[in-house]
Amino acid sequence: MSLPVIIKFVIDLLAVLLLALGIKGLSKVKSARDANRLAAFAMSLSVVGLLSYYLGTSGIAIQSWIWIIIGSIIGSLFGAILAKKVPMTSMPETVALFNGCGGMSSLLVALGVAIFPISGGQENFDFFKSLINEVSISVSIFVGAITFTGSIVAMAKLQGWLSTPGWTQSKVRHFVNIVFAVASLIAFFDLINGNTSSIWLLVIVSSLLGIGVTLPIGGADMPVVISLLNSYSGIAAAAAGFVVDSQLLIVAGAMVGAAGLILTQVMCKGMNRSLVSVLFGGSLSAQSTASSGSGEYTNITSCSVEECALTLEAANKVIIVPGYGLAVAQAQHTLREVTKKLEQNGIEVVYAIHPVAGRMPGHMNVLLAEADVPYEQLKEMDVVNPDFPATDVVLVLGANDVVNPQAKNDSSSPLYGMPVLDVQEARTVFVIKRGMSAGYSGIKNDLFDLPNTSMVFGDAKKVLNDLIGELKDLGVGEK
Amino acid sequence: MSFISLLWVLLLGSLLGLELIGKVPPTLHTPLMSGANAISGITMLAALTLIVKAEGNAPLLIIGSVSLGFALFNVIGGFFVTDRMLAMFSRKPSNKK
Repeated sequence: MSLPVIIKFVIDLLAVLLLALGIKGLSKVKSARDANRLAAFAMSLSVVGLLSYYLGTSGIAIQSWIWIIIGSIIGSLFGAILAKKVPMTSMPETVALFNGCGGMSSLLVALGVAIFPISGGQENFDFFKSLINEVSISVSIFVGAITFTGSIVAMAKLQGWLSTPGWTQSKVRHFVNIVFAVASLIAFFDLINGNTSSIWLLVIVSSLLGIGVTLPIGGADMPVVISLLNSYSGIAAAAAGFVVDSQLLIVAGAMVGAAGLILTQVMCKGMNRSLVSVLFGGSLSAQSTASSGSGEYTNITSCSVEECALTLEAANKVIIVPGYGLAVAQAQHTLREVTKKLEQNGIEVVYAIHPVAGRMPGHMNVLLAEADVPYEQLKEMDVVNPDFPATDVVLVLGANDVVNPQAKNDSSSPLYGMPVLDVQEARTVFVIKRGMSAGYSGIKNDLFDLPNTSMVFGDAKKVLNDLIGELKDLGVGEK
Repeated sequence: MSFISLLWVLLLGSLLGLELIGKVPPTLHTPLMSGANAISGITMLAALTLIVKAEGNAPLLIIGSVSLGFALFNVIGGFFVTDRMLAMFSRKPSNKK
């Protein structure tokens, strides 16, 4: 082995080790930030390793340097600007966008290699001569395209740019997607047979497949989809690793792919849905119209902010249940002000975090962390559920399906079996909501009909602001 | 590297990924997803390889460069965003002291 080969080998090994440590460290609160930086360092190390290898062997032409610099500057600049500017509440969309671009990158590499076979350098770069290369190119294009279009659709849906078209909820979509899938399979084998022109067919149909599969999925299931697409982008990177013969790429891609799958599984468990039903079941609202879900409310009690403030003042223990509505209303800081006042009055305040509250796992944690809520006050579902019977007041803010008792009581409900927060066990429940519209599952919430539940109608931020005013009038939090 | 040994690499890498994140507190799901997502931008190495090997083939240089741009957008943006999220978690203890 020559010196450049040895150096690259050592650097690659080190990079893999550091990346593994990085992913490991990201799963613990204490080490997470350092771990993220470690992973970033490992990535830059891998670039140094690759460039030094080529400098030491074939050399790098001036033109190549120019294009490397152009691509790096533009990509890094946009990435950095977006990362700095984007509000915390749009994190899910942002991750989806980044993810899609990773998939696009793998797609382009495979496409480039397929269209312009690289003449052999020092290595065995004889593309399109071996079956393996053709297979890995096809896989890279297929997975890369699905990741890209799927992520972009997920982003657009989360941003509200795209709604769920009606036809996608009918059986037609299965037919359409099967056609796309079969067409990509045909293109796949045609490509392996050496028919290079079918590469465009593969690009087009796999892109369409990515759209067709993601479009019918309802908002409530989006976190699962993003996590799955994240896993795909790892697989696409691993496939690109086969294309350019890089072990490092294969290892890193495989790690991300596997880690993404685990995370997806964890999320599915939290929603009590199988991956199959998320992917092929369409959105829950479509199912619920056929079942018991769409009943009428019979016993709604609405109350004023003033009453709510009075009850809060008399409470000893308050549990806050945040949901996606809180993120939409950007009311996390106002909420923090309310809870500060309550705490100053000696009232115990705890936040109950449902594993799938929001549009992404951990969405609520990030949101509340932004508002400086102490980490210890955030309680996970299993920890907080036994506390509800001893709780005076529960404030439900923009959460809906995760507090629906139907999941426990009504076996005909599409939500049945999903773990929920037992808020109805508390003495009084206030639900702050803009109107009577259903949650993302589109299912009626039995909680609203219960005698100990009162609705406070209005935008979360406005209601909380009014609440601050009322609490002030009552002298809460002013010692 | 032979195809078979690359397959071994794929297998062991997948097993490593499965083992690495057995238990994750829900708090860290979003940052972990976003961090792992940044790592999947490692495909930038493939883009770099493409550019270096292009040998003056203009279309290939451009495709490689665009691919590199997309990958780095993923990597840089991903790591920055993850750091921003994690900074919020780590700020708490220092506030209290």
